[in-house]
Amino acid sequence: MRVESHTDYLESLLQGREVVADFGGAWMRALRMRAVERANELTVPTLRDEEWRFTDLSPLYKLSFAPAASTGVVEQSQLDALDIPEASTRLVFVDGHYSAELSRVACVDGVSVGNLADLSGANEAIVEPHLAKLATFDKDAFAAVNTAFLRDGAVIHVGRDRLVSTPIHLLFVATRADSANYPRVLVIAESGSQCLVVEDYVATVAGAYLTDAVSEFFVADNASISHVKLQREAQAAFHMATTAVKVSSGGRYATWTVAIGGRISRSNLSITQAGEGTDFSVDGLAVIGGRQLADMHSSIDHAHAYGRSRQVHKTVVGGGAHAVFNGKILVRKGAQQTDSGQQSRNLLISGKARVDTKPQLEIFADDVKCAHGATVGQLEAEELFYLKSRGLSETAARNLLTYAFAAQIIERIPVKSIVEKLEKTILEQTQTKEPA
Amino acid sequence: MIRKDAPLLLEVRDLTAKIEERRILTGINLSVRAGEVHAIMGPNGSGKSTFAKVLAGHPAYQVSGGEVLFEGKNLLDVTPEDRARAGVFLGFQYPIEIPGVTNGSFLRLAYNTVQGARGAEELDPLEFDDFAREKMKLLEMDPAFLERSVNAGFSGGEKKRNEILQMALLAPKLAILDETDSGLDIDALRVVANGVNKLHTQDIGLVLVTHYQRLLNYIEPDYVHVMEGGRIIKTGDKSLAVQLEERGYDWVAAEFKAKAAA
Repeated sequence: MRVESHTDYLESLLQGREVVADFGGAWMRALRMRAVERANELTVPTLRDEEWRFTDLSPLYKLSFAPAASTGVVEQSQLDALDIPEASTRLVFVDGHYSAELSRVACVDGVSVGNLADLSGANEAIVEPHLAKLATFDKDAFAAVNTAFLRDGAVIHVGRDRLVSTPIHLLFVATRADSANYPRVLVIAESGSQCLVVEDYVATVAGAYLTDAVSEFFVADNASISHVKLQREAQAAFHMATTAVKVSSGGRYATWTVAIGGRISRSNLSITQAGEGTDFSVDGLAVIGGRQLADMHSSIDHAHAYGRSRQVHKTVVGGGAHAVFNGKILVRKGAQQTDSGQQSRNLLISGKARVDTKPQLEIFADDVKCAHGATVGQLEAEELFYLKSRGLSETAARNLLTYAFAAQIIERIPVKSIVEKLEKTILEQTQTKEPA
Repeated sequence: MIRKDAPLLLEVRDLTAKIEERRILTGINLSVRAGEVHAIMGPNGSGKSTFAKVLAGHPAYQVSGGEVLFEGKNLLDVTPEDRARAGVFLGFQYPIEIPGVTNGSFLRLAYNTVQGARGAEELDPLEFDDFAREKMKLLEMDPAFLERSVNAGFSGGEKKRNEILQMALLAPKLAILDETDSGLDIDALRVVANGVNKLHTQDIGLVLVTHYQRLLNYIEPDYVHVMEGGRIIKTGDKSLAVQLEERGYDWVAAEFKAKAAA
């Protein structure tokens, strides 16, 4: 089915909401209704919007997607290949539906991990004050539509001073072309607690589908969340993601975002300082080729004093692909002693590849340290010569340096099996064959 | 060691080269036989590092005249990688750092590529690890250097040891070491020089590019050449290096000028 105009697009997505309309407590229904209303008022972004001027979504708007009515089948062998052995807890969502059979949950005292739609009354009381409070949808059409479909999703609550030592794996599998998936993640780390969450998007289908994801992370005083996000969607898929993070005094949030899949992927990451002395570490990597577009829009809001943030975003762009980075850093008045660093590093490995990068610093405090830099380039002749002088062919030298550029981000991910898997994937994706 | 019947490895005749229209080499002549050690000395900007890079095929320099033969064959139209495979090695003055790639996997890739091109046996990771550890002993290197990223965070001395380790692994016939002594403290210099001496056989020609005489206290040259203005203006034996250390370079240039005027 073709959608006639952009203005009708959200309406077309909102069709088929019957599947979720009756789900959850009164507050969740009310939330969903507010989201539906808002989605009906909003329009989808186009190139005319400042925040979207490099990311043309018209290929998305030509296609229509609807939620899958039931859960698709994922073979055990496929699941095994996607498994993260370090993770004692794994929640699996197939085509947007939670699968209890495929999931495993390790019981840890003071920690609850489960599906949003299956919350007990007590947990609902914990979730209600948090859900949709960070990823607000009054201006964001995709967040509004996601919230309108609110039902299944991952909820993680780590109690005061609890440490979850192994990664919690949230696996979102798409098995059906033409489906619309609305994944939802809510992580609440109470004061002094620690956890590591792996948000993982994969597909067993090659066709086009839509993932419209929203994730929210609450980091309380002196708590710490490590967050790995792997976007390994099908090459024809559309991935629209909103990640919103709030960090209280002395809290720490570290994230590693890897974008490999998707025809068009867009990540809106916003991290807000809600107290003094916070620490943010934000690593991003996109490795794309063909006609892919990967867009990372991040916003780091230093709203209090003594905040530290380090951001490195790298892209490896081949074929006719297009990478976009917009990195906003806001240092508000009163956010003295902020120490912020941002780097955007982009490697073009083909003549038709394109990168748009825009660091955006807005500083309203006078006693701060903010460093930023952006580079777009090709491999250094001096580096290539070094490798060739050791016998490596031009192609082998280029492949090795391209791999190294990406591997620098990969190797920082704190889960060994993910590092090994991604290194292999990156090696395959960045390698050009020797000319015959 | 000088042996008159040793095979001629390198013949450089009237070599000129430029970078962006600036002439840097203005006519170099040099012959290196197997087993010989040649020191190329000269003040900064005399062209000695450029000469080393041109021999290895650095793309920034354009050869504008003359010829370079390696084992009797034209070297100038050979790619840098094929020069390496044929047995030409350049030890870099500033080795490149490659964060993200472990030294071990880089060295193995280089080793196997060169071995493959020479029709010799390639090694799997375990075999290579043993082989590399053995070579590392020559340079008193900790095997942990195989696990670290290539040259990343290495001290000056560690980088130079890693260069000589590459020489040990790639087994060249002609090794050109560009300012291998720069940035080394006296202990590191001794270790690196000892390593080079152990690797130097009567089948290998060595060209040492150096600004100072101190490296030559450890690796004894058969010939000392002085470069200035992009060419060799004086050649002597090891005693010339001692003279240079005492008197500097100016007198050589003056002598050359006087001779040319006569």
